[in-house]
Amino acid sequence: MSSHDLHLEGAPFLKEQNAGLYEPAGSKSLGEATERSSKQNRAIAAEIPSWQDWRESARQIKQFAIANLDKLLVQFEERISARGATVLWAENAEQANRLVLDIAREHHVKTVVKGKSMVSEEMELNHTFEAAGIRAVETDLGEYIVQLAHQRPTHIVTPALHLSAEDVGKIFAERLGEPFSADHQHLTNVARRHLREEYLKADMGMSGVNFAVADTGTLVVVENEGNGGLSTSTPPIHVALMGIEKVLPSIYYLPVFLNLLGRSGTGQKLTTYTHLIHGATPGKKLYVIILDNGRTNVLADPATHAALHCIRCGACLNACPVYRRVGGWAYGWVYPGPIGSIVTPGLVGLKSAGKLPFASSLCGACQEVCPIKIDIPHQLVHLRHRAVNEPSPMNSLSERLTWKAWAWAMSGSKRYRLAMAAVRLGVRMAKFLPWHPGKLGAWTRGRELPRVPGPAFRKSWSRHRSQLDSHDRSDRT
Amino acid sequence: MITPANPTAPRQDDPPYQKGDPVALFIPCYIDQFYPGVGEATARLLTRHGVPVVFPEQQTCCGQPAFNSGYWEEARRVIHHFCDTFGDHRWIVSPSGSCTAMCRVFFGHVDPDRRVVGVGRRVFELTEFLVEILGVTDTGATFPHKTTLHIGCHTRRELGVVEPTLKLLQNVRGLTYCELPNMEECCGFGGTFSVKLAGTSLAMGQTKAENILASGADVVVSPDTSCLMHIDGILQRNPEMKHIRTKHIAEVLDAGVQ
Ligand code: SF4
Repeated sequence: MSSHDLHLEGAPFLKEQNAGLYEPAGSKSLGEATERSSKQNRAIAAEIPSWQDWRESARQIKQFAIANLDKLLVQFEERISARGATVLWAENAEQANRLVLDIAREHHVKTVVKGKSMVSEEMELNHTFEAAGIRAVETDLGEYIVQLAHQRPTHIVTPALHLSAEDVGKIFAERLGEPFSADHQHLTNVARRHLREEYLKADMGMSGVNFAVADTGTLVVVENEGNGGLSTSTPPIHVALMGIEKVLPSIYYLPVFLNLLGRSGTGQKLTTYTHLIHGATPGKKLYVIILDNGRTNVLADPATHAALHCIRCGACLNACPVYRRVGGWAYGWVYPGPIGSIVTPGLVGLKSAGKLPFASSLCGACQEVCPIKIDIPHQLVHLRHRAVNEPSPMNSLSERLTWKAWAWAMSGSKRYRLAMAAVRLGVRMAKFLPWHPGKLGAWTRGRELPRVPGPAFRKSWSRHRSQLDSHDRSDRT
Repeated sequence: MITPANPTAPRQDDPPYQKGDPVALFIPCYIDQFYPGVGEATARLLTRHGVPVVFPEQQTCCGQPAFNSGYWEEARRVIHHFCDTFGDHRWIVSPSGSCTAMCRVFFGHVDPDRRVVGVGRRVFELTEFLVEILGVTDTGATFPHKTTLHIGCHTRRELGVVEPTLKLLQNVRGLTYCELPNMEECCGFGGTFSVKLAGTSLAMGQTKAENILASGADVVVSPDTSCLMHIDGILQRNPEMKHIRTKHIAEVLDAGVQ
């Protein structure tokens, strides 16, 4: 899939306004799992009395880092290169793919084991490997499962969140020829057995990067399954992929972020493994690929700057009532949920992703849980403003004219009264119509219209006021 | 519970409320036209607590529907009309948390002009005004019903108003308060979201309605009539839920007062 061509196949709600009433694309497991993790996230955050202060410091640190990206990235490059790493820069996904392939070819790589990386999803790296005849195996359990099932992840932290244990049992039976089981421990053991062999065979290991620390030149990779450690240290080559926004100014700030990430991401006090990689292990190779791929576009819009503060913890997905119902595929690209509705238009442009900012009731649950306090709902409305003014699927002349007429009617009280009389009449007549068109139909599909009462408030106000006045007077006397 | 993010501080730079200061009512369009009783209850409540009430007749809308839909240029025109109408009033009170949030938090997004932002920050949600400005926590109301509370997301998260509403409700005589499961979750209304993404909106509303039923309440109250319009529409479609009534908090706080 070219990155500018969004597939909204999982998204009846984005394709067709009136589709998908009670059949949201998300699965039952997804709804339950997200609700559970959201409660867990909140509970474990509440354990820290100064949680709000931590969020605020994290926000400020990230703000500083993003404002000083140019200097910090160069500092990071210098420091980690001094310890044997090779740092490579890629402007877009194509360049990054080429860099990875060049490394693989240079070292005659046949098999790659991959730790979890959203950037790799962004680059569609697995397709590139496949086309080049290189076997790439995802080693994060969730990624492994969706890779076996030929699916895309539905969640940025827990890629197989939409699948139940039964689903996984079936996938393992079908793809690995294992006897069916729905037992969690058994399934984990099966995956472990298969993956162990892969680590030993692999010529190259890959990982994402959670934080790139500038002052020490350190890559930080967190994970829970041990697969990240094995992928980065067993094969002779380690290639780490990161977006430019991953940089942190100093290692002193790391504890704050590790705490916020673990608690918000998986409801843990700390992830099981935290790898600090300071350079290449003697005798082995370390490459770090730093990718832009549209991030500087996000940087160019001051209203969405803060989207680059995201540490990809996934808390906003779990908290989002829309995500819970429509699932990750509905968002058409790599990053789903509330933050995806900001990041995707930023990275691939409003022209193909202009509908995403509208996939929100603006309830603000995302911002409430975001460990970096990103003002997600405000950014969404800002992007809506851009989407109706710039080339995008939401830029429509008829809508524009409707709102112009609305604004005209709403900026004079006489016009307001006339318009409202028409609305009242419409609502009254609606029950006699055999079917309801457009927005009216969308409302009455599952809802009754309000009953039209007697005179409007403003009509009866003068009578009402004189009653109030007389009451008031009688109270005082 | 996590405390609400960034509630926008109203009006610190202005003098505090003096007894006898008049209040301008902002009655949003859907309340004006479809729920006039809410406006009347609001006016009665304020008057009873010694607040002189005026209703600037030129008022229309806060601009939120256009703003949330991305049509900021159109919203700006309506906001300017709002500021012309309310510009001379120091205290503006509205029985809608959502419209209050539009004025207080979002006017500045559309037009950073000092006057516009200044007018926006003088708008108060009704329960917030009663508790935090007037210091009233008991309105003397009697409402002998099993009642649950839904606070709209703008009221909860943009304004950070939760406590005042709860406090006022707790002091209503005869009222049995029923805890609403997952109360902080969105009901799915979301303005134009409700018709733009109707399927998802309805699925969210259905969950809310089920939780209301599970709470055992006969009445749902809210500082947000717009959420109630959506919730009521869903309840009315469902035979097991039809008996549940929706009421604005002003109507409950005004009930049964001599
Ligand atoms: S926006 Fe915030 S909550 Fe969402 S993934 Fe990023 S850091 Fe986590």
